[in-house]
Amino acid sequence: MVPISYYLVLSGILFACGVTGFLIKRNIISIFMSIELMLNGVNLSFVAFAAQWQALRGQVFVFFVMVVAAAEAAVGLAIIIAIYRTRETLNVDRVDLLKL
Amino acid sequence: MLHLILFVIFGGFCVAGAVNLLVQRHPINSALSLVVVMGSLAVEYLLLGAEFVAAVQVIVYAGAIMVLFVFVIMLLNAGEEERTKGSRVALLFGIPGMLAGSVLIGWVLLERAGTRAVPAGALPGAPRVIGWLLFHDFLLPFEVTSILVLIAVMGAVVLASHPGQKHGKKEG
Repeated sequence: MVPISYYLVLSGILFACGVTGFLIKRNIISIFMSIELMLNGVNLSFVAFAAQWQALRGQVFVFFVMVVAAAEAAVGLAIIIAIYRTRETLNVDRVDLLKL
Repeated sequence: MLHLILFVIFGGFCVAGAVNLLVQRHPINSALSLVVVMGSLAVEYLLLGAEFVAAVQVIVYAGAIMVLFVFVIMLLNAGEEERTKGSRVALLFGIPGMLAGSVLIGWVLLERAGTRAVPAGALPGAPRVIGWLLFHDFLLPFEVTSILVLIAVMGAVVLASHPGQKHGKKEG
């Protein structure tokens, strides 16, 4: 028997690590991976609450989150490739202009 | 008891992978530690009884999305992160912010959440039931996500295609 709050604390820690990575990383790919980490933390809390209330809809929602994350990863990485092609850098501090 | 032991082991893997993602400077190391996080999260889902989510986690996240990440890292030949002034300021404020945030979240969840303990495999749903839910109650959202994925695929192809490969330029 493990309390649901332990799972929620784990998901909170993962989310906090994701937020920190988003703040302290300077490589745009690492920032993107931190966003994935945050999404994973939220997914864990969805499944934990689904177990708490014996509701399967939580798992269905996790499925939708994963689909959106996959779409986001595909488009985001394509944008990263496009940025790298025009700027020759992955450092977000050096990508500070919208125009070329 | 076994449930708690497995939870602690794989939760420890999760947190260690997440911290390693933050510490490593090279993106490929961060990507591989993210794979560890996702794999151990799949075990946590299995402990909660969510077999479907665990399988999708391994296939979609640890499989498809991470392969995409590793591909892009290798394609762009991403090197080590360089330290700048902005990154030092971010470190200065980010680490204490994360510690304060996680302690606050942990305290609230442990003391005030009012959640109960569940045995291993607490969720009753077999993947068949989830499939039934997806194709009956959530049919419209499901179809909308399929359109979203289609648009994302087209957007990725358009964004990542070389600007010099358009038809007009090819002939000229």
